Amino acid sequence: MENKILMKGTDALGEAAIRAGCECYFGYPITPQNEVPEYMARRMGEENLVFLQGESEIASINMLLGAAASGKRAMTSSSSPGISLKQEGLSFMAAMELPALIVNIVRGGPGLGNIAPSQGDYFQATRGGGHGDYRIPVYAPATIQEVYDLTMEAFDVADIFRTPVMILGDGMLGQMVEPIDMHPKKDLEMPAKDYILDGAEGRPSRIMKSLILDVREMEEHNWKLKRKYDLMQQELPKHEEFMTEDAKLVIIAFGTAARIAKGAVKRARSEGLQVGLLRPITLWPFPVEAIEKLANKTSLFLVFEMNTGQMIEDVRLALNGRVECEFYGRPGGVVPAPQEVQRIIERYWLQKEL
Amino acid sequence: MSAQGKIIIDQSVCKACELCIWICPEGAIGISNVLNPKGYHPAEFIKEHCKGCTLCAVMCPEVAIEVYRGK
Amino acid sequence: MKKIYSRPKCLKDAIFHYCPGCGHSIIHRLVAELIDEMDLRGKIICIPPAGCAVLAYNYLDIDMCESAHGRGCAVATGFKRAQPDKLVLTYQGDGDMAAIGTAETIHAANRGERITSIFVNNAVYGMTGGQMAPTTILGQKTTTSPFGRREAFEGYPLMITDLIATMKGAAFVARNSLATPAKIKATKKSIKKAFEVQEAGLGYSLVEVLSPCPTNWKLSPIESFKYLEEIMEKEYPLKIFKDITKNKDSNI
Repeated sequence: MENKILMKGTDALGEAAIRAGCECYFGYPITPQNEVPEYMARRMGEENLVFLQGESEIASINMLLGAAASGKRAMTSSSSPGISLKQEGLSFMAAMELPALIVNIVRGGPGLGNIAPSQGDYFQATRGGGHGDYRIPVYAPATIQEVYDLTMEAFDVADIFRTPVMILGDGMLGQMVEPIDMHPKKDLEMPAKDYILDGAEGRPSRIMKSLILDVREMEEHNWKLKRKYDLMQQELPKHEEFMTEDAKLVIIAFGTAARIAKGAVKRARSEGLQVGLLRPITLWPFPVEAIEKLANKTSLFLVFEMNTGQMIEDVRLALNGRVECEFYGRPGGVVPAPQEVQRIIERYWLQKEL
Repeated sequence: MSAQGKIIIDQSVCKACELCIWICPEGAIGISNVLNPKGYHPAEFIKEHCKGCTLCAVMCPEVAIEVYRGK
Repeated sequence: MKKIYSRPKCLKDAIFHYCPGCGHSIIHRLVAELIDEMDLRGKIICIPPAGCAVLAYNYLDIDMCESAHGRGCAVATGFKRAQPDKLVLTYQGDGDMAAIGTAETIHAANRGERITSIFVNNAVYGMTGGQMAPTTILGQKTTTSPFGRREAFEGYPLMITDLIATMKGAAFVARNSLATPAKIKATKKSIKKAFEVQEAGLGYSLVEVLSPCPTNWKLSPIESFKYLEEIMEKEYPLKIFKDITKNKDSNI
């Protein structure tokens, strides 16, 4: 029997990072992710690793950049407004191809919003977020075990592709407690960090920069990053399917929304409706292929998000008009009950005579 | 005979800021009437009064001056 | 004849892109000389600013990591915390350090980060074409204070070095100038002291260097160096504000 330990989302994330070899944490207080820096302050201290609360999120992301430039595995966490402040730093890290983990525990927005769980940062996370032509891998856990597993995976992906990686959670996932198996990290062979700065002892000096004044060189750098993103698009997409084998209607939802949708699917199934769920685990790169495959045998897709409709655009892009796709959303930090989503399923089921 | 000095000016990098001329206590540097690749009239070592005091080299923003001293 | 002065090894032999009479390249040379003399090339990391000196990595033959405008002290903090045995230097202009980067600078100093900052104060934003900086002097005309800086509208020159000198985390704080060869040598002495303070892990070290910007001051190089001594040094008196290795104030 695996020895499962009851862990809260924020703590599972912190512990996974430490066990993944994260040696530096920089952060700033913002609800609903405060327990991450609090956990890290204690645990990083116990492990004699670097914990530093910056004077702002802007300072924290730039400290992260400095630590990444020195070759150490490093992370930061924040919540929506804080992640907005970190976008400039993220763009720099993407341009300089520096690996790091950035955690966004999304809260109600826009503006000061509130501290309730939301998925309103989907666009910001999956469209690069900062200035310039870049993307970053984004993972959306839906269970505490996934928070643990994906945190570890994120560090590997960051080092393999030399890129910042984001984990997109929300306040609910952060506070939720579930038993998890805290397995050690996979020891994959990581590419050598021959690009880091450690003092030009007996070697030519190295420059880490994103200023590229010559436009042709900048173009080539953009295409280089694009080739990397295409590679990620091939290798990284991850999703889960639930009861989609014979489903006529498939809900697409991620994170906490997917948990709610799963409850709705079970209820609808008990009423005899052939309904299923496709849950993207990587929001970027988006699991296009999985959706295309399902499109051959699905009559209707229903996208359910805790926002006013963002991932729906990626779903429509993936479907390319081949199958109808409806949307149901509850923004602002509202966490609807499964029954509510079940009623929406039944309504479409009748309207579309599935 | 007081110590003698000599300077070598890398005229290709000189931007004619004339700081060395202004600072030289012996007036041992002037302006060349030849143009360098950048289109400046570079500084020119014109007199043998140089004492090798290195003030010109310390002042030069282009690090263009080497100083020699001794017999 | 013996060669007694020449280009430091640590300076790449690229031609500086700086304007004639600019102080940046003089400071680069001082840093390069110190790196040679103190044998720092194997352990020093420099964080250039977003500003005229962003291209410092074309000249200093050491490991360099660019930072976004104003974030030098934060990048340096992250690096130094991750690799405490390295010598970390931020090289920043007045806008970088005392406008957009004020918080990063003040808090790095306040935490006593074991990093060194060289703060080049030329009272304007050079690279972007001579706009008003936090250190622009009252009455000084710039492209964004065309009538001369007026306290009623643009407030007062920001004495960030004086502020940092009051902080317990700061171990060595000095203000120097490039106005004369003697003062250039004193600048080198201050930077060397700052490196030593960092190596001894005593806290944050800051050297402000008053530096000319002929192009944006609209003065000749020689006039700029006179302006530096007659005007800038009056507004920003040269001083070793703090040196915890010798616990007394001393003027240069």
